Amino acid sequence: MAMNEALHADEPPKVALLNNPAVRNALFQVLLVLVIVFLVYSALSNMYANLAAAGIASGFGFLNNPSGFAVNQALIEYNQAESTYGRVYLVGLLNTLLVAFFGIILATILGFVIGIARLSKNWMISRLATVYVETLRNIPLLLQIFIWYFGVLRLLPQPREGFDFGPLGLLNNRGYFAPKPVWGDGAQFIFWAFIVGVIAAIAVSRWARKRQMETGQIFPAFWTGLGLVFGLPVLVFLALGAPLTWDMPVAGGFRPRGGMTIIPEFIALLVALSTYTAAFIAEIVRAGILAVNKGQTEAAAALGLRNNFILRLVVVPQAMRIIIPPLTSQFLNITKNSSLAVAIAYPELTSVFAGTTLNQTGQAVEIGSIPMLSYLPISLITSAVMNWDNKRMALGERENDREDPSRRAERLADPEDQPER
Amino acid sequence: MKKHLLAGVATAAVLMAGAFGASAATLDDVKAKGFVQCGVSQGLPGFSNPDSAGNWSGLDVDLCKAVAAAVFGDATKVKFSPLSAKERFTALQSGEIDVLSRNTTWTMSRDTQLGLNFAGVNYYDGQGFMVRTSMNINSALELSGASVCTNTGTTTELNVADYFRANNMEYELVAFEKADEVVAAYDAGRCDVFTTDQSGLYAERLKLKNPGEHKVLPEIISKEPLGPVVRQGDDQWFNIVKWTHFAMITAEELGVTQANVDEMKASENPEIKRLLGAEGDFGASIGLGADWAYSIVKSVGNYGEAFERNVGPNTPLAIARGINALWSKGGLQYAPPIR
Repeated sequence: MAMNEALHADEPPKVALLNNPAVRNALFQVLLVLVIVFLVYSALSNMYANLAAAGIASGFGFLNNPSGFAVNQALIEYNQAESTYGRVYLVGLLNTLLVAFFGIILATILGFVIGIARLSKNWMISRLATVYVETLRNIPLLLQIFIWYFGVLRLLPQPREGFDFGPLGLLNNRGYFAPKPVWGDGAQFIFWAFIVGVIAAIAVSRWARKRQMETGQIFPAFWTGLGLVFGLPVLVFLALGAPLTWDMPVAGGFRPRGGMTIIPEFIALLVALSTYTAAFIAEIVRAGILAVNKGQTEAAAALGLRNNFILRLVVVPQAMRIIIPPLTSQFLNITKNSSLAVAIAYPELTSVFAGTTLNQTGQAVEIGSIPMLSYLPISLITSAVMNWDNKRMALGERENDREDPSRRAERLADPEDQPER
Repeated sequence: MKKHLLAGVATAAVLMAGAFGASAATLDDVKAKGFVQCGVSQGLPGFSNPDSAGNWSGLDVDLCKAVAAAVFGDATKVKFSPLSAKERFTALQSGEIDVLSRNTTWTMSRDTQLGLNFAGVNYYDGQGFMVRTSMNINSALELSGASVCTNTGTTTELNVADYFRANNMEYELVAFEKADEVVAAYDAGRCDVFTTDQSGLYAERLKLKNPGEHKVLPEIISKEPLGPVVRQGDDQWFNIVKWTHFAMITAEELGVTQANVDEMKASENPEIKRLLGAEGDFGASIGLGADWAYSIVKSVGNYGEAFERNVGPNTPLAIARGINALWSKGGLQYAPPIR
């Protein structure tokens, strides 16, 4: 660099090559890339040399070693005696995805309800929604997780004095013990019936839309779809002679046995994440709806559309364009915030892998990088799905109306060139 | 603009290269900065616990103070870093602390794979279980199906897994990152059992709402030799920490106490002479002054005094010497001779 400057000073205009902006740009870009490559390389080789010099084990071989510790919620087969650290990683990852998945669904539903409630003409409802939003989003999430967790724990009774909801299971401070479905012979047909129902519902909705476009007649596609998706499996279920029994949890001992256990850590984390994020989503929804010009509603009303059609066909599709991009951020936040579960013993990725496994193996560099590289694709995939949805919403019906502004000016100036009406 | 960027990147590279790899001579670093940086727990009564004014006390804290006394002749030249179980080894490996004295169990994998050295055992412990008295449980073998609360990232998690497996019992593990959260969850009734090192159980019991309603079961399910840890590859510093611990034991063995150390300096007993630096050149052999052990005993006392003061029968923890008595009194505390 110093040499460049020296050359400049001596003979300013003649050195055309170095003064050529394109060449200089390329030169600096190449230099920058080289420096970055060198930095990454030297950081990595430095790290491995130092780890070796300090006598610290490195490499990813530990993933095949048996873990030896227990995990209180595993969606896949996990056995502390034989399962490896690699398995622990999968268990943690699935637990993260589980709480993120349900968190996103709950937060979205709750957020939309509260967002719409804030716009309610009913003073009481809109005030309550405002209080909800302002309270929840202004208290740190970690604190809310603690409050839910310890609050829930203190409210729930000991297993021996727990609530018994009969066929709905048991509830105590060891968790919610739900009946577990045990499928009999032919249960897979019910699943296939569900798939067929979904495909049929999509087909019906397409056909209904096409018919509406052509004839203007409306077909109740939603209800038909709902009937197909749920009715078909139920019919098959009954036809097979109801091949389903329930494994009921039985109270007794330290905690109930059998059934499905939903641990209190999961409940607390899910509730805390979804109520907190719902406050932000509510604001996004409110902003999206308010951003749709009032003229749109009035025009739709003038065309004679009923109120629910105005909302469904005119307001919501336009509001969604504004809602989806910030909504994506909130979905990503839920996934990442789930790592706060480390404080309350929910065994997600950060807790069991970046926590326990790190401590048992001591390989901070490897174990630090694996979770980071795991959250990244989860977030990128979420973003990609939402972007796809966003594109679908953003283009669509107004595409034909798009026109180059200059073209539009010309057209308006020329009385001959008017689009056909 | 781009030139600035490049210059910045280059500077960052130089800084990174410098920051990586802790330097070897810990003693020189410690002397240069003027204090010993000691990694301790986030609050475990009797071992390392801050009072309301932020002054640390405990058996593990005393070991750090003793190291400071040996190096500087002043036990106050020590700073404490409270660390979670999860953070402790990384903090030591990265050079953030000079010595880790945090009720840490000496295991083979920790000693060999983490680039660390254990410099002795200042408390022989074993893992135990605490339950509510109201549950009428008298043995850990009655705990099948129980929910067990503990800390993540400890040998505890592995021991409890082994114990329940060996006895064909089921259990649910509820593992928290911080000890305070374990106590809160156990107190709130999330678990039937609280398990950690038995000394820890006595200490944590003091934090419960009604300590009297909980009892520690008699079973000890593991060996937990707890001791100070240093980085591997710096033998001088390793020797200083190791012999600081041995000096405290030797002092107890020889009857040298905080109160009588000045008189003992005039003792004719050659062992005491060697300990207190009147004979031989043992301080210099570990890079310290001749009065290194004198300073230790003068400022923190011998091992027995530290034990009595922090965890002994007259403290809230009320732990008997047991296996932590001197070898000559039926315990395991034994120091190689200073000669």
